[in-house]
Amino acid sequence: MSFSSSKLAVLSAAALLFAASSHGALAQKKYDPGVTDTEIKIGNVEAYSGPASAYGVIGKTEEAYFRMINEQGGINGRKINFISYDDAYSPPKTVEQVRKLIESDEVFLVFNALGTPTQTAVQKYHNVKKVPQLFVATGASKWNDPKEFPWTMGFQPSYRVEARIFAKYILKEKPNAKVAVFYANDDFGKDYLAGLKDVFGGNSSKLIVAEESYETSEPSIDAHIVKLKDTGADVFVNISTPKFAAQAIKKMAELQWKPMHLMTDVSISIGAVMKPAGLDASEGVLSAGYLKDASDSQWDGDEGMKKFKAFLDKYMPGANIADTNLVYGYTAAQTMVQVLKMSGNDLTRANVMKQAASIKDFAADALLPGIKINTSATDFAPIEQLQMMRFTRGKWELFGEIISAETGG
Amino acid sequence: MSALQEIVDTQPIETTPKKYMALGNYASIVVVILLCVAPLIAKNFVIFQMTMVLIYAIAVLALNILTGGSGQFSLGQSAFYALGAYTSAILMEVGGVNYALTLPIAGGICFIAGYLFGLPALRLSGIYLALATFALATAMPQLLKLHYFEAWTGGVQGLVITKPDAPFGLPLSQDMWLYYFVLVVSMAIYVASVNLLKSRSGRAMMAIRDNEIAASAMGVDVALYKTLAFGVSAGITGVAGGLGAIAVQFVAPDSYTIQLAIALFLGMVVGGVGWLPGSIVGAAFIVFVPNIAEHFSKGLSGAVFGLILVLIIFLLPHGSRQIAYTVQGWVHKLRK
Repeated sequence: MSFSSSKLAVLSAAALLFAASSHGALAQKKYDPGVTDTEIKIGNVEAYSGPASAYGVIGKTEEAYFRMINEQGGINGRKINFISYDDAYSPPKTVEQVRKLIESDEVFLVFNALGTPTQTAVQKYHNVKKVPQLFVATGASKWNDPKEFPWTMGFQPSYRVEARIFAKYILKEKPNAKVAVFYANDDFGKDYLAGLKDVFGGNSSKLIVAEESYETSEPSIDAHIVKLKDTGADVFVNISTPKFAAQAIKKMAELQWKPMHLMTDVSISIGAVMKPAGLDASEGVLSAGYLKDASDSQWDGDEGMKKFKAFLDKYMPGANIADTNLVYGYTAAQTMVQVLKMSGNDLTRANVMKQAASIKDFAADALLPGIKINTSATDFAPIEQLQMMRFTRGKWELFGEIISAETGG
Repeated sequence: MSALQEIVDTQPIETTPKKYMALGNYASIVVVILLCVAPLIAKNFVIFQMTMVLIYAIAVLALNILTGGSGQFSLGQSAFYALGAYTSAILMEVGGVNYALTLPIAGGICFIAGYLFGLPALRLSGIYLALATFALATAMPQLLKLHYFEAWTGGVQGLVITKPDAPFGLPLSQDMWLYYFVLVVSMAIYVASVNLLKSRSGRAMMAIRDNEIAASAMGVDVALYKTLAFGVSAGITGVAGGLGAIAVQFVAPDSYTIQLAIALFLGMVVGGVGWLPGSIVGAAFIVFVPNIAEHFSKGLSGAVFGLILVLIIFLLPHGSRQIAYTVQGWVHKLRK
């Protein structure tokens, strides 16, 4: 009896203390939950296990980046406490973990959480709770909606933006093209297809002679490529993830099929795609990019790349530099730090959203030269520029201008 | 080691059917009181976790009726769970139906689907049946993505659902209301399931499980009861799916992959095959243990999870039922 009553007393005391402390923090300074004079708590959910676990590297890179910032003294004297949980790319788990971050760990904001279906599941929750869902790590186009979801912001160029750039390029180079589209049967592939059709408009059915989708569970996609070759298409749009992109390039070389080959920037890693597919076979493949590829020797003398490699050597020794997720995580974390610096001592959630929506020409280390991050109160899509590039003699050769593709146009 | 051996040996799987499916009266009362009181002292997000535990417990219980009751395997429960979830979601968001009313509809549709699937499954047994249901679980996410259904399912983007408020102006948060709502539904399903297994139909199912030929010789309609078990199991899973959709406020094909089916299967094994109260222990396992595993190591969370699982299978081959029986034994000794 005495045991249970004493326990009850402890509990109620803890509850009182909690209530008192949370009230005190609010009244004293311009801080929201998750921020003190010495610390900023940032939450994140990542697929460390499950089907998308390859992306787990992004979370690890960000953790390492924040560790570096902390060792350099933090941001205005505040250390970043980065709390990252595993959601195994399963939306119900995401809801649980994000609620844990916000309600139990009381993070200031959630940063660069991964996945379209997973983040859709918590988008409404974030906006009701008014906790920033900042720089969501997905290429879907729906994150740029400041009117409906003022607490949600995307990060990378959306698949749709890239697809539009491809479509414009096709129309310019081959107005009478016969386009074969090969895509993953998921949100990624379908967003892309929609982007192509946005630009082709009424001519879609005339221009696109074949649409072939694959499932990520298929072991080999050779049969699809054979089928597409038989349609007589002279433009091949390849919207597949790295493993399948490599298979496609290889099979096309075997079949001696040489259409104009446009490939999504998801699969442009030299180390993970082009080399396994064969450098000869990969010759002439076109794509569009916004990040520097760390395994590409043309960036060896580049200032930003040097900083990135120094970071890897010290904080993530042994990491595979061919993995584009490293560069991605680095860029996202750098942008996050920039926004926190801009927020100064007014570390309220509203102010952070305001600052995130007023980034002007921020050139992160690993972005291609000329590509800059820009946002505004009506534009919640930080990176909207890409540059076309062609794979030539084992390297991506950038050509043409930096193309801006506002999601609206 | 010898002590462990003793526990295993003195706790045979088969006891009298009436007792072993349910908890004793006192234990039931204690569990119900705990489940009722717990949310009063917990944070909202913990209440949400407990709601998920209850929902998964319903789904594990459904599998338990199928496997523990009628002796048929299924790795396809995620498909019925998805069907129930989508039924509720579509009725609520597209049809504007009240959330509580969508549950019996979801259950009914899943019952029919399960019954129909049970017909061809009659020809299969053991691992072959497991494989057939496995195919069902793999096919489901892709079926949900088909663009013929996209107008209703939202395709790969899924559907966002509005969370219900407490009715009659009750001063409860959404989470707490939903928890009690799920608690009532799950208790009703639990009581109904225990009664089902105690009934003539339940005895027929268990007779089939123990020996199909003997059962048919005694006049049990094997085909009917096997398909019926599939139907009931699928129907209950569908209700769980509907509740899950309401609690998570979102349905998407990626929520209902084969991973979910395997998780439910794990939950059943950890809880104790054929022991219905174990369902909630199994459900707690699949909700909380991955979090614990992640706590040890992010990169190796899967391996840690596997290790915990192996330890449990090794130390407690009959799942939580074994612990319950041991405790029951102590209580009896104390009384004497």
